[in-house]
Amino acid sequence: MKVFRFRGGVHPESHKTPSATKAIEDLPLPERLYVPLQQHIGAPAKPEVAIGQRVYKGQLLAHSQGMISAPVHAPSSGTIVDIGEFTAPHPSGLWVRTITLETDGKNRCGKNRWHESAKPTDPFKMAQQEVAARIGAAGIVGMGGATFPAAVKLALGKERRIHTLIINGGECEPYLTCDDRLMRERAHQAVDGIRIMLHVLQADQALIAIEDNKPAAIASMRAARRRHANLHVVVVPSRYPMGSEKQMIQSVTGIEVPAGQRSADIGVIVHNVGTVYAVHRAIRLGRPLLSRVVTVGGGAVREPKNLEVPLGTLVEDLLEFCGGYSEPPARLLMGGPMMGQVLPHSRVPIVKGSNGVIALSTAEIRSRPAMPCIRCGRCVAACPCGLMPVEMAPRIRNGDLDSAMEYGLGDCISCGSCSYVCPSNIPLVQYFNYGKGMLADRREAQRKTEATRRLAQERRNRLEREARARAKAAAQRKAEKATDEAREKNSPEVSV
Amino acid sequence: MQQPLPRVEIRTSPHIRSAPSVDEIMRHVVYALIPICAYAVYAFGLSTLVLIITVLLACLATERFFNWMADKPSTLRDYSATITGLLLALTLPPGLPLWMGAVAGFIAIALGKVLFGGLGCNVFNPALVGRAFIQAAFPVAMTTWTPPFLAARFAEFVPSSLALPFMEPAPLGPWAQSAVVDAWSGATPLALQKFEQVGTNTMDLVAGMTAGSAGETSGVLILICGAYLALRRMMDWRLPAGMLLGAFLTAGAFYLVDADKYPDPVFTLFSGGLMLGAVFMASDMVASPVTPSGIWLYAGLMGFLTVIIRIFGGVPEGVMYAILLGNAASPLIEAVTQPRIYGARKPRRKP
Repeated sequence: MKVFRFRGGVHPESHKTPSATKAIEDLPLPERLYVPLQQHIGAPAKPEVAIGQRVYKGQLLAHSQGMISAPVHAPSSGTIVDIGEFTAPHPSGLWVRTITLETDGKNRCGKNRWHESAKPTDPFKMAQQEVAARIGAAGIVGMGGATFPAAVKLALGKERRIHTLIINGGECEPYLTCDDRLMRERAHQAVDGIRIMLHVLQADQALIAIEDNKPAAIASMRAARRRHANLHVVVVPSRYPMGSEKQMIQSVTGIEVPAGQRSADIGVIVHNVGTVYAVHRAIRLGRPLLSRVVTVGGGAVREPKNLEVPLGTLVEDLLEFCGGYSEPPARLLMGGPMMGQVLPHSRVPIVKGSNGVIALSTAEIRSRPAMPCIRCGRCVAACPCGLMPVEMAPRIRNGDLDSAMEYGLGDCISCGSCSYVCPSNIPLVQYFNYGKGMLADRREAQRKTEATRRLAQERRNRLEREARARAKAAAQRKAEKATDEAREKNSPEVSV
Repeated sequence: MQQPLPRVEIRTSPHIRSAPSVDEIMRHVVYALIPICAYAVYAFGLSTLVLIITVLLACLATERFFNWMADKPSTLRDYSATITGLLLALTLPPGLPLWMGAVAGFIAIALGKVLFGGLGCNVFNPALVGRAFIQAAFPVAMTTWTPPFLAARFAEFVPSSLALPFMEPAPLGPWAQSAVVDAWSGATPLALQKFEQVGTNTMDLVAGMTAGSAGETSGVLILICGAYLALRRMMDWRLPAGMLLGAFLTAGAFYLVDADKYPDPVFTLFSGGLMLGAVFMASDMVASPVTPSGIWLYAGLMGFLTVIIRIFGGVPEGVMYAILLGNAASPLIEAVTQPRIYGARKPRRKP
């Protein structure tokens, strides 16, 4: 199948071999699970359980609220011991509302195996909307790390005609191998999940895009799709950021998503391979999203592994299972080294979007102080979006956001290719994320000002209206009074 | 449940970096310049050795002085001033009075670099700013050439080298005549070609057996050193390639029109400072555009200008002015060659 080229990109050393050779192992059930209520983009879930309550595995702990949200289920059976604050897997180390579950080690399910609303059935005999609703009820979000609720993305197919579903098996981040192992070991389940999604979207074909550095996954997915003519495996070159949605669409279809539009507008939807696997489990087994595959790797980890981990497990439990640190880590990350986030410490839970726990050694991060920019242009050559980081960064530093926007700040995907190649070690992504944050603040402030102005205007209008009404009423009363008085005068007096 | 407040260490992605760093790049450029300096000393002797050292020290001292003035830590360790010093020395006539070399070094750093804000901010190549300044200030000394491979080159200085500060050196003619066996015309191959229509053996040009600035004579050595940098990914190969291609095509066009009047393109490539300028000065990243298509346009323009100045200008050599003009055009080229943003229908337009 023809593959197209996207602009720029970089070739970081893959570092995948240590964990790519290891089959997915089940992590032993920890004694406590810390399940955050916000593991997705959108509104946090609302708790349905109380402290002290016993829950079954798969029972709904918190239901979704709002248009964009996802429910959270109990990853194992046990007792709720706390609903409160716990450190979020975020660099800030701030707290997020979290349900703490003390496991009983029995992994007991409810009467209907999982939660009642999700009995296994044949999805192809069900209405598309019902399948999508079940995917939403299973709490499935984008498992590649974006954590956008899957059901909301599937609903886009209702409004627009989707012709192609792209399955993202790119896994372009160095060190990460969870998708690779998933495609190798559970290809048939993944293919089933893809067919279910095709049914929901009523799309013509699914293209499974895999980078050429994963030959075993390619072979396994090819074998699994053999009986399905509308599924194709597309081998794409290993180039970062291949796994970025826009770049993947361009590589596979040759079409760019027009500025300001979504992929669904050109009839394409992209889902991660981990997401389709979760869909398979939710629909065929009636099992909500309770666990995920996580790669534990990096030069500071003694034994890199791929683990199937219950959501809410602490990062330190994963590291311990992998033999701990072989040397003090210079940086502990959730996600890959190109876009992953620094963890404040290892007592944070695994969430739905955690594809990796990477502990990098000092030698691997090559940390150097920032130098002046020498305008070498490597960042411009590396940018997959056609931006000029060399021009944007100083403008943001000087607070000139409008000018940075003209250079395309709004189109930056924060992939980090520019910082990766920068010989001066300038934290370009930091500038861009800061700039985007400032823009969001500004939009919010503008929205508020406008809302205030609108309300003030409405109040003025209302007061005027009321004053007019009062004046009118007063005039009417006056007139009535006058006529009454006149009538009184004219009417003959009745003497008693 | 209370958690102790963690020690926050904010680091944004990416958490890995590719080689090389700025000082690694600069250091490798210095490595690549060392063989060229060595050959210059071998060809022109003691005077050139002392000239290189003088110019280098002048540049380093100026940089350090302005660091001290600005109360900033020393920037000598980024090797950028070292490169400026070596490059500047290599573009000077071997017998240039040492005090003029020191002036050139001071001007290169002070006017060419520090005035604009230091590393990464210079609009023009600092070494060429220094050279242009003394070319205008001391036109005679800057066009007085010494013959290469003199027998006594390691034993004695060229007399003009040791001229006292602020003094014009005595004319070199009589000394040169006595030092060389054959008649010494005192001209470079470019001047011979331009003013006297005398050709030079191509092999002599390629190997560096001719007269000229200290470091510009051996084209093949410069190419080898440049190839080393390009292969180590320390230099953007498109810059020298584009400039040489631009010069080759322009010279080729003239040569096709009138082969008797205009020099052939191979002579153009290997004569004068084109090779040194293309490989080590046009490739200066700071003053060149950052856009991929702009790089080709910029480099090609400099090659074109070199040939035009050589053919139609009053002086035989045009590399220095071509590169300085290219530097000046760089922001404009950058503005009109911006890449197209993903998903945008048209390339963006600068207001």
